[in-house]
Amino acid sequence: MNPSLNMALISAFTTTTDPGMAPVATPFFFYLLSGLAVAGGFLVITRRNPVHCALALIVTLIAMAHLYLMLYAPFVAAVQIIVYAGGIMVLFLFVIMLVSIERASKDRRFNRIWPVGLAAACALMALFVSAFVKGRALFPDRMIAIPEGSNTQQVASMLYGEAGRMGQYTFAFEIASLLLLVAILGAVIMTKKKI
Amino acid sequence: MVPITTFHYLVVAAALFVLGVIGVLTRRNVVIMLMSIELILNAVNLNLVAFSRMWGRLEGQVFAIFIVVDAAAEAAVGLGILIAFFRNKETINVDEIDLLKW
Repeated sequence: MNPSLNMALISAFTTTTDPGMAPVATPFFFYLLSGLAVAGGFLVITRRNPVHCALALIVTLIAMAHLYLMLYAPFVAAVQIIVYAGGIMVLFLFVIMLVSIERASKDRRFNRIWPVGLAAACALMALFVSAFVKGRALFPDRMIAIPEGSNTQQVASMLYGEAGRMGQYTFAFEIASLLLLVAILGAVIMTKKKI
Repeated sequence: MVPITTFHYLVVAAALFVLGVIGVLTRRNVVIMLMSIELILNAVNLNLVAFSRMWGRLEGQVFAIFIVVDAAAEAAVGLGILIAFFRNKETINVDEIDLLKW
């Protein structure tokens, strides 16, 4: 996409925004929610009991859903809460219940090669830090304002199409449903004792 | 106070990504490794939504929804494998999952 078109888009969106709908106290909520998310992630990788890990992960997921709301993505936030916190985490809790939790919670938490893993992760973090320090100037200082209220409709028209035409991502959407079907079949076949 | 920009969201996403990578590489419990993979996928989602906000376009949000679909499929298949393995070997410890190791 060429830069001039981007600039035109930015100006178009900036002019259509209602200034009365601007979010309040953005820095406070941003730091609160991102602190909750990072703290939850830290608890996920350090707790001994898998159930505590799952609960910490739920805290992280819900905090991130609110971060999506702050980014004007209400539909993704709702999907995050319904599918992740409501669906996937229940699946996790069921599996934790099925496999033996007593032995796992008395075991050592970290595997034999954890120093290597930690060093690799620190190298990755150093890579991120250097990329962010070098690329800081690429990002605009203020966010452009985008119109609110029609987010779900716009996402739906990209996924399903509108006015009888296929949307931009309708085919990918169908492929995703096929992927889910294959995943369900695979999970059922692997979990059954006798087919 | 500094206004919150795309950069701030990218830093949070990078922190969550690194936490997820640490979890995958160091924990012994396979269930918690799968949870760490969910953390990584969520970090990518946050990046996508933040860039979608930065450009005022919705492709990022659509991709985030596709990633949620992938995460659901991955969790279902991964936990299915885990249950099948637990039935045979009575363990979910990565250090003892070495059937394919030569």
